[in-house]
Amino acid sequence: MNIADPTETFRQEARELLDQLEAGLLDLEQDPSNQDLVNSTFRALHTIKGSGAMFGFTAVAEFVHEFETAFDRVRKGQSQANAALIQVALDAKDHIHLLIESPESRAQGGDEILAHLRVVVAGAPAEAPPSPKTNAASTPAAPPEVAKSWRLVFYLPSDALIYGTNPLLLLKELAQIGPTKITALTDRVPPLEALDPEVPHIGWQVDIEADDPTSAIDDVFLFLRDNMELTLAPLDTAAAEIAPLPEPAEIAIAAEPVAAEEPQPSAAISARQPPNPKVRAADKPDGNAASSLRVPAERLDELMDRVGELVIAQARLSQIAALSADTGLKTIAEELERLSSGLRDTTMGIRMVPIGSLFSRFRRLVHDLSGELGKPIEFITAGEETELDKTMIERLADPLVHLIRNSVDHGLESAEKRAAAGKPAKGVVRLSAVYSGAEVAISVSDDGAGLDATRIRAKAEENGLIAADAKLTDQELHHLIFAPGFSTAKEVTSLSGRGVGMDVVKRTIDGLRGTIEVTTRPGLGTTMTLRLPLTLAIIDGMLVRVGNGRYTIPLAAVEECVELPDGIEAHAKGRNFLDIRGSLVPYLRLREVFGTTAPAELHQKVVIVSSGEGRVGLVVDQIIGNNQTVIKQLSKLHSSSKSFSGATILGDGTVALILDTAHLVSSGQSYVDRTQPGRAA
Amino acid sequence: MTIPGAPMKALTIRLEDELFAVEASRVREILDLVPITEVPNAPAFAGGLINVRGRVVPLADLRVMFGMARPEPDEDTRIVVMEVDIDGEPTIAGILADKVHDVTDIEAASIEEAPKVGMRWRPEFIKGIGKRNGGFIIIPDMERIFETTDGRTPSLAASEERPAS
Repeated sequence: MNIADPTETFRQEARELLDQLEAGLLDLEQDPSNQDLVNSTFRALHTIKGSGAMFGFTAVAEFVHEFETAFDRVRKGQSQANAALIQVALDAKDHIHLLIESPESRAQGGDEILAHLRVVVAGAPAEAPPSPKTNAASTPAAPPEVAKSWRLVFYLPSDALIYGTNPLLLLKELAQIGPTKITALTDRVPPLEALDPEVPHIGWQVDIEADDPTSAIDDVFLFLRDNMELTLAPLDTAAAEIAPLPEPAEIAIAAEPVAAEEPQPSAAISARQPPNPKVRAADKPDGNAASSLRVPAERLDELMDRVGELVIAQARLSQIAALSADTGLKTIAEELERLSSGLRDTTMGIRMVPIGSLFSRFRRLVHDLSGELGKPIEFITAGEETELDKTMIERLADPLVHLIRNSVDHGLESAEKRAAAGKPAKGVVRLSAVYSGAEVAISVSDDGAGLDATRIRAKAEENGLIAADAKLTDQELHHLIFAPGFSTAKEVTSLSGRGVGMDVVKRTIDGLRGTIEVTTRPGLGTTMTLRLPLTLAIIDGMLVRVGNGRYTIPLAAVEECVELPDGIEAHAKGRNFLDIRGSLVPYLRLREVFGTTAPAELHQKVVIVSSGEGRVGLVVDQIIGNNQTVIKQLSKLHSSSKSFSGATILGDGTVALILDTAHLVSSGQSYVDRTQPGRAA
Repeated sequence: MTIPGAPMKALTIRLEDELFAVEASRVREILDLVPITEVPNAPAFAGGLINVRGRVVPLADLRVMFGMARPEPDEDTRIVVMEVDIDGEPTIAGILADKVHDVTDIEAASIEEAPKVGMRWRPEFIKGIGKRNGGFIIIPDMERIFETTDGRTPSLAASEERPAS
């Protein structure tokens, strides 16, 4: 864990900025005239350039500089953001990403992107005349006869000094634009007792001689503009516009100022204030440093491990306390139980990440797909604030990519078909997340043609997935799309149709102990809903004994427990089925599966577990009870044993394996298929 | 790895009646025997799991790899918890030892390559053989022993059998 590596810090920061940049560009595509978006995009670029140069990523800095230069035309209203521009800008963003992630690779193609960018920017002049919005809010459009002299009046935001802005430097930068005459405006300086030395009370009036300083001034105030007051006007009219000025205290910027001044009444005292912010200059202008904190993910994992250990130790203590007659011990055991469960909840809370971070990635995907397939698409997301365990979010990325691709590629019809069906040309893909109980439901829906049940059936019969006369409910039929090797797309596109994908989605979701639901309405669209547990770290489990070994079954998968009927052994050969209220459920003797030699219990129990559509009975020697299970991954040495999804530590300190119910159910089902062809349950 | 020429700091353990040396720097701790959870259908070499301070750790039995007898644990049996690389992934694993001796320096000069013939054990699992006090010390190649391909080495598959219980 090398936290001190500054380039890694830069990479992380740059990744976030690039995400911002991408989001900004995509927003801009929807709303090309939104000047705030243009500005925030520009700021992201500017920061990448600055810190890139600082950390020695010269290739990045150079490229971004060119990018920025081209994009500057958009900012100044000389060019309009349009689809082509956004596309090139996105390519440029990808290129920056490449340069940052692998600076050694000397990524090629940067020059072409830049050339393309310049062409697009130059070739797309603004439809509207340069909008006055480009200048500071209240500035009138530059008049045709350019004034030689300008009056700039500005007041810094009240937190500018805290974030390390040095007014003196700003003034010096302004002085580089042209000859300046700088006056401090002290009208807002409060009486001494009310004076907050960390707030810049002084305003500045700067008379500049230049042809058109607007863009240069914009650059000076790039990072402050949002919150500050700033007016710029040609000098002749300026006096009338600006509020009556009290006697200004004059400061000559060229001569090293202020220090030489005599201590004079209020004006002079406060005039000395602004050039004093060096105290804070070292602080990074870092947005919400106080309210959030960046922590390496592995530390959180470590914390979770420790808490898991604590929960286990506490369970052992409770076990001992329960057997003891010592009330003092019992009290402290209960107290500890309460504390550790609180700590566990808090720790789990820390690991929760809003799913929005994942959603924003898909906007680019949909944007690119839309271009590739020539289908105009509106992508709507909802519930970004919904929180999930961070591991879960990482593992959801791939399945969601598949589902969204599938919606775009198979779900949405072509523009002509949509027109024929009387639908708006723009297809809608909606991605949303919502809490439901102890689960999160994430759904991907489209307003396309819906699933074609007849075609699914035909395809499934063709592939031998179902018998020709099999009677299936619609739900069962729809779930066939998750079967391996299934695809109804008539032709294979670069995106989907190869029949890999949906079964992978299903597997991944099963692995996360989640489920998939499909609802579809012909002509109106399809919705795929993933239901997932909130966390992967701790689950409720049912502890069972098989021979001498104890095993945990995830409680969520358990449907019911029944006694194994006596005498079933007698005709057990090849017919391991239980009659559960009229339906046949195959069962697996875990003793046989695990090769246990210890003597069997006389009355064995069956735990019926389900996964997806299938059910299977697991025959065990004894059901011990329910327990909180802290899941530990198995090492590589055991990751090949399919029957177990992990291990946990029991109250007495021994290790118990967690059964992988999805795997057991599918092996139980395949057993059915082997023994009873044509009688799929 | 050790600097060439420098003595190897090693923990010596006994398996059956042979002395083995593992790099002392990899050893985390030495435990008395703890309850071992059997992993059904796992290769005999790594048939168990143990709880090491709240961590689930695989327990390996080198005796399987060297084709030795596996008597029931006695009062000398210890578990050496150490860091091994499994396919390049640093992992904590326990190793059963019939007895743990001491930490000692093995002179680099005294370490020889394992002879390709005339040995009871598979030479590919042995990094070298050191000499001390006139006796031999086997230095096993932990990386090779723990190396897996899809969870099992060809050698593992060959030696695989039900864990004796």
